Amino acid sequence: MADTGYNPKILGFFCHWCCYAAADSAGVSRYQYPPNVRVIRVMCTGRIDMRFILEAFKVGADGVFTGG
Amino acid sequence: MRKVAGEAGNFTVEILKEPRYIDEDKCTACGTCTMYCPRPVVDWYNERLEVTRAPHIDYAQAIPASYYIDAKACLRINHETCNLCAQTCTAGAIDFSQRPRTMELNVGSIVLTPGFGRIDDDILRRFGYGVYPDVVTSLEFERLTCASGPTEGHIVRPSDEKTPKKVAFLQCIGSRDESCGNGFCSTVCCMYAIKEASVAKEHEPDLDITLFFMDIRTMGKGFDAFREEAVKKYGFNIVRARVPKVEEVDGRLVLNYVEEDGTSKSDVFDMVVLSVGLSPPEDAEIISEKTGIELNQHSFCKTTQASPLSTTVDGVYVAGAFQGPKDIPESVTQASGVAANVSELLKEARGTRAVTVSYPDEDKALMEEEPRIGVFVCHCGVNIAGVVDVKAVRDYAGSLPNVVLYEDTLYSCSQDALKHIAERIRDERLNRVVIAACSPRTHEPLFQETLRSIGLNPALIEMANIRDQCAWVHAQEPEAATEKSKDLVRMAVAKARLLEPLQQPTVDVTPCALVIGGGASGMTAALSIADQGYKVVLVEREKELGGNLRRLGCTFDGEEAKKVLNSLITDVKRHKLIEVMISCEVKNVSGYIGNFTTTVEHNGKSELINHGVIVVATGGREYKPKGYLYGDSDRVLTQLELEARLSKGKSFLRNASRVVMIQCVGSRGEDMSHCSKICCTQAVKNALKLKEARPELDVFILYGDMRTYGLYEDMYREARLKGIKFIRFDADRRPEVVKKSRGLSVKVFDKIIGEELEIPASYVVLSVGISPAANEGLSQMLKAPLTKDGFFLEAHAKLRPVEVAVDGVYICGLSHGAKGLEESIAQAKAAASKAVIPLAKGKVSVAPIVSHVDEKKCIGCGICASLCPFSAIELIKVDKKRKARTITASCKGCGICASHCPTIAISMGGFTDEAIFAQIHAFGQGLEQGINEEN
Repeated sequence: MADTGYNPKILGFFCHWCCYAAADSAGVSRYQYPPNVRVIRVMCTGRIDMRFILEAFKVGADGVFTGG
Repeated sequence: MRKVAGEAGNFTVEILKEPRYIDEDKCTACGTCTMYCPRPVVDWYNERLEVTRAPHIDYAQAIPASYYIDAKACLRINHETCNLCAQTCTAGAIDFSQRPRTMELNVGSIVLTPGFGRIDDDILRRFGYGVYPDVVTSLEFERLTCASGPTEGHIVRPSDEKTPKKVAFLQCIGSRDESCGNGFCSTVCCMYAIKEASVAKEHEPDLDITLFFMDIRTMGKGFDAFREEAVKKYGFNIVRARVPKVEEVDGRLVLNYVEEDGTSKSDVFDMVVLSVGLSPPEDAEIISEKTGIELNQHSFCKTTQASPLSTTVDGVYVAGAFQGPKDIPESVTQASGVAANVSELLKEARGTRAVTVSYPDEDKALMEEEPRIGVFVCHCGVNIAGVVDVKAVRDYAGSLPNVVLYEDTLYSCSQDALKHIAERIRDERLNRVVIAACSPRTHEPLFQETLRSIGLNPALIEMANIRDQCAWVHAQEPEAATEKSKDLVRMAVAKARLLEPLQQPTVDVTPCALVIGGGASGMTAALSIADQGYKVVLVEREKELGGNLRRLGCTFDGEEAKKVLNSLITDVKRHKLIEVMISCEVKNVSGYIGNFTTTVEHNGKSELINHGVIVVATGGREYKPKGYLYGDSDRVLTQLELEARLSKGKSFLRNASRVVMIQCVGSRGEDMSHCSKICCTQAVKNALKLKEARPELDVFILYGDMRTYGLYEDMYREARLKGIKFIRFDADRRPEVVKKSRGLSVKVFDKIIGEELEIPASYVVLSVGISPAANEGLSQMLKAPLTKDGFFLEAHAKLRPVEVAVDGVYICGLSHGAKGLEESIAQAKAAASKAVIPLAKGKVSVAPIVSHVDEKKCIGCGICASLCPFSAIELIKVDKKRKARTITASCKGCGICASHCPTIAISMGGFTDEAIFAQIHAFGQGLEQGINEEN
């Protein structure tokens, strides 16, 4: 990412049961990935209201990641 | 286990505990010891494909989540040198003073779950394993296909680490092979081979995969559909042949085999996967000697069809692959079932060692105050602090609104740190806490407990995951990781400001179970629940108990079915805690876990039953055949009809010279798509009965795949030895029954000679399979969905095989899917075991993260109720207006309702809209700051 000079800020909504657990697992296995995502944990991706995504873009997110 | 003495209810067991050399209580599973240790050892978990170090953990999910030191490799243990791990472990968990320890346990019951053993390397060598590097076992291949495995999921062959082009799977390695001592079928290999091949194709789409089967035994629930889909999607070549050996010619692996029509073929491959079977555990004999249990002819634990979980010793039970080869769903089911056995035996002891924990009252006045937030940033030794500038994050936290205390801790989860945190919360009168450390998934309960211990509601904590999702994954970018940690802490603080105490209410459970269906499964479940001490109402639609077991002649192990039936009925009727309602039908079910009310109709009269849990055991039906002259000729029977005749004596065979059995009538794509699992074994069992009654009788079995899985393979072998003839047909060219002037004939295309045969038959016996009961009505009442085959769908095939998505409802027997008596009984025990959990607790605790409907805002549209996957929202009338209401006992806190409510009337405990928006805005603040800095 640093090479291209593009450093997007991504907001992630992770499901507690799957994606959030997978992200923890990635850590346990020490997989390395770019430090661009900030995570909001939800109990299910079903919790994600369209307004959350719009709000994220409104406050300047370059991307929104939902994982569930 | 060294020694066992005593008897059921009172055993003394001597256990030897080998030293781990790492204190489980102190180890934080950070992995530093592995990193610094200079001694490589082979990684057995990764099937020796990788190395690890003397101190290691077998795999990330291991329990306890603690490392141990391989004593054979350790320099400190063997040569008194090194000691690097002890010096680098900041938690001080390395303990070389540990010695083997003998423990004596006083227990009421013993459960044997040693699993299965490996197939001997000598047998694998026959197929080139250990001779040619690119011959691998299926377990090795499994690790290669695993994203967290040694190659991160890339399929490479060991010789040159290049991706192979052509891969062959050889089935039945160490199974169905008397020459290696394992005459039984390992049950699971056909399915796992298909799975491994599918995963491999997902990773490497260009792979050319051929699988060599004798019979394709994918008989589990939904397995055939999975296999067919996979073969179609990935274009596997399926060859029906047993490959005798693997040879190498010019660096390629050569397989010579004979196809079904007799032609010899030869093909070359880059890699060969041996689908290894499941042996009995290596120490089966030792276990048998120490506990006194008997083993069967294959050295698995000896059990019977009618009590599959009981060993020959009272109070000693068995579950899993030691009872016979089986897959994960079966093993998990048996494990739950065995818990019921133990619970029946030890019901008097239930709760006698329970410890009640009491907590101080919550300080209500403190919650009236402005948020007073304390932030604790954890070093986790070097795990976080080695990458993230912890002190900078701590100081940053101090600049955030409402933060009145900010500290860093070496290990927040250690006992002294927890004590310190508790003291600081009390001294500073904090009413919100943020812990920036590891994952809330693993550690939040620990910190919540600390909060409760000093009278703070456990919902008032928020964690920022700066280890698993930050320091560990951005190890090379310390500055970026520190910035990310600050962002995560800011977002956590923003949410913490809005956290409110949440109540954890409990709901009383009506101490009674409703069992629907009085067949073998229903009666077994009812008996088990009653034997565990709880009241049961057993509802049966027919005029008498027994279900399909009434029609069975004998079980697969030769026991008279009537004996099993009568003993079940007698026990059920005699049991004081069981109320039997026959000729009754369930008409309506309302309520939720702990508090169900069911309407049962009997002779036009309705009765209401209050109960806490439901076990569904509605059974299945014998499929009614279409065609095959069934109904036209009294010489065309179903297997059950044949059993009925056999039980009356052999006179009906007086003038018979030949019996032809036809498999898969109605099953596997003819009318029903599923495999009925038991018909192959049933046909072989009945064919042997016929031979016993009249040895000169000529018996044919026409089949698609002979699925005599597990130890039933012995019967199949016996049938072949006794001269029963087997002819295979393809599903698209099934046999035909025709009327001839002097009786019946069966036409079948014989693939070996390539011609259609016409076999005159005195009797034709149809193996008709199992169709589901009419479950639709009950499915709707319970809101428990059905599979497309019409059986009840379990909540999770492997993890929750006897539960449905709705809490408090459990399934077993044929209502769940086609299976034999042994599996139905194990499953009924499992359902009973699960059903007793809420009954025994007496209360259902409601998780605090549940939805709440604001009645004022609710317009009663019902969108939430229709979307809720757990039936946790009901629509009620309030002042003649329709309103939604959460059934908190059923709510799982997913929040689908909240995100879809058009009037934003639903809020989620701990995950309110306000809190999530606060997190989003806090995320946004980071962007503003970033922009300002850039400017």
